[in-house]
Amino acid sequence: MKSGRLVALTAVVAAVAAAGVTALLVNIFERQQEGRNPFYRVVDLTDETEDPAVWGRNFPFQYDSYGRTVDQVRTRYGGSEAIPRVATEADPRSVVAQSRLEDDPRLRTMWAGYAFSVDFREERGHAFMLEDQTYTERQTVAQQPGTCMHCHASVYAPYRKLGDGDLILGFERMNRMPYAEARTHVTHPVTCLDCHDPVSMRLRVTRPGFMEGIRALKASEGVPDYDVNASATHQEMRAFVCGQCHVEYYFKGPEKRLTYPWSNGGKADEILAYYDETGFADWTHAETGAPALKAQHPEFELWSQGIHARSGVTCVDCHMPYTRAGGLKVSDHHVRSPLLNINNACQVCHKWSEDELVERVYTIQDRTYQMRNVAMDALLELIADIRAGAARGAADADLTAARQAQRRAQFLLDFIEAENSMGFHAPQEAMRVLGLSLEHTRRGQVAIK
Amino acid sequence: MGRSLILLAGLAIGLAAGVGGYTFVYARGGSYMTNDPAACANCHVMRPYYESWQRSSHRSVAVCNDCHTPADPVGKYVTKARNGFWHSYAFTTGDFADHMRATPRNQAIAEASCQKCHADLTDALVGVAGETPSCVRCHGAIGHPFGN
Repeated sequence: MKSGRLVALTAVVAAVAAAGVTALLVNIFERQQEGRNPFYRVVDLTDETEDPAVWGRNFPFQYDSYGRTVDQVRTRYGGSEAIPRVATEADPRSVVAQSRLEDDPRLRTMWAGYAFSVDFREERGHAFMLEDQTYTERQTVAQQPGTCMHCHASVYAPYRKLGDGDLILGFERMNRMPYAEARTHVTHPVTCLDCHDPVSMRLRVTRPGFMEGIRALKASEGVPDYDVNASATHQEMRAFVCGQCHVEYYFKGPEKRLTYPWSNGGKADEILAYYDETGFADWTHAETGAPALKAQHPEFELWSQGIHARSGVTCVDCHMPYTRAGGLKVSDHHVRSPLLNINNACQVCHKWSEDELVERVYTIQDRTYQMRNVAMDALLELIADIRAGAARGAADADLTAARQAQRRAQFLLDFIEAENSMGFHAPQEAMRVLGLSLEHTRRGQVAIK
Repeated sequence: MGRSLILLAGLAIGLAAGVGGYTFVYARGGSYMTNDPAACANCHVMRPYYESWQRSSHRSVAVCNDCHTPADPVGKYVTKARNGFWHSYAFTTGDFADHMRATPRNQAIAEASCQKCHADLTDALVGVAGETPSCVRCHGAIGHPFGN
């Protein structure tokens, strides 16, 4: 009986061991299979396949992470917080991001008379780009053109449809429509085919604004007739696909053609010089009458001036870093702040602790924020001085000089304020631009006092 | 009766050994006893390190084991067993950071390996000004540019 028990015990131990080893065997097999097959083609994708869910059947890991751009997470100077609101018929959103105007009321003064002084919130993730633009209060105080769709919706397929197969023609036609009409032609926020060729999956530029903008920028650097899709390297494309939209722009002429103002170069002061040469103004400042400009999220331009760009590190390297999905290496399509993903985003190259790396970023951002505030206070003083000057009947020439100074100071300040890295993308360049802003404010105050 | 029980026990043990043996062979367990760098890249997470080592200056003078295991044979296989166990554990459970960092023990082994071959240079530096600086603090990309 004793030997019977011993045998039973041995059998149980052996069975458990066999089961464990079999489980390990299956696990090893699975990992090896995962590593072997980059993807399975389940559906055929074409240039007309707009719906990301269809692409997701071939690329489930990428699609899964793409869907997570609905997340709302704060960082010290960016990210968004989910603020509940009561849905109305005009605006059915029950969650929005925090208002930047309430955080910093000085922005209302800077943008007085412009739609941004009515509603300006922290940007949410890609998933909300179309919805948030459709329902912003800016739509109710100003007539927006269909041009906006260029970057707030997936327009590649709609442009081609509108242009009877011609992308540029469709772009021109949608630019001329009122926003509400253009809205009926689009369905999705940014989706797979905006950056990927549906057959080869190669990165590609689909936005006419960037194709024309980068051609002008390259021409200013002595490279004529630049065709981005034919000439850019894969690593350049990892910045250009994001630069299709994360840039400074304006609507040119009555046809509202989306234009990236880069023919003098891509730095803030070079862009400002372009606007001064063409005499463009976004609006007339309500308190001073200055022909004012609004800078818009120039991430691509500021990054271009920084050390990461110089070292060949692109947007995708930090905002969509490689990640592990089972035995596969995929780029993370949950586009977000690298501060929320230090291990994958930073520690590939920087072998310091997460705390140390976060501290380095915040040091840069705190310094930029301090200078942004100094420049903003100075600008508001200039605006007050111009009002006082106009009230006491100052000479027209002095008023004009002060208004020009306000326009320039304000654009340069806004360039850093609207840029979504609080100086991190190019710390010294950000400080240089804020310094230039202060110089214009100083000149303006001297002119009017 | 006793005979058949012993047979049964033998069968159970044999089954476990058979499955275990098959798993060992299937997982190329034997390759881990060698010095072949390809064995380290059996797991795909090591591929970028392996491939960048192939393009590095050290490819013709040092294999993985020359830097990542101690020079003495006992320490070498103890380190292989130790790291092998924890690597298997991590890859099986999937519980590890995408960008792996060497443990202090493994860092010390790599550091000693630098000093083993480059003693001519390093002997003059070790202990000169208090704490000896780590070689890879400056020469981080020397063995394999990927992952420093």
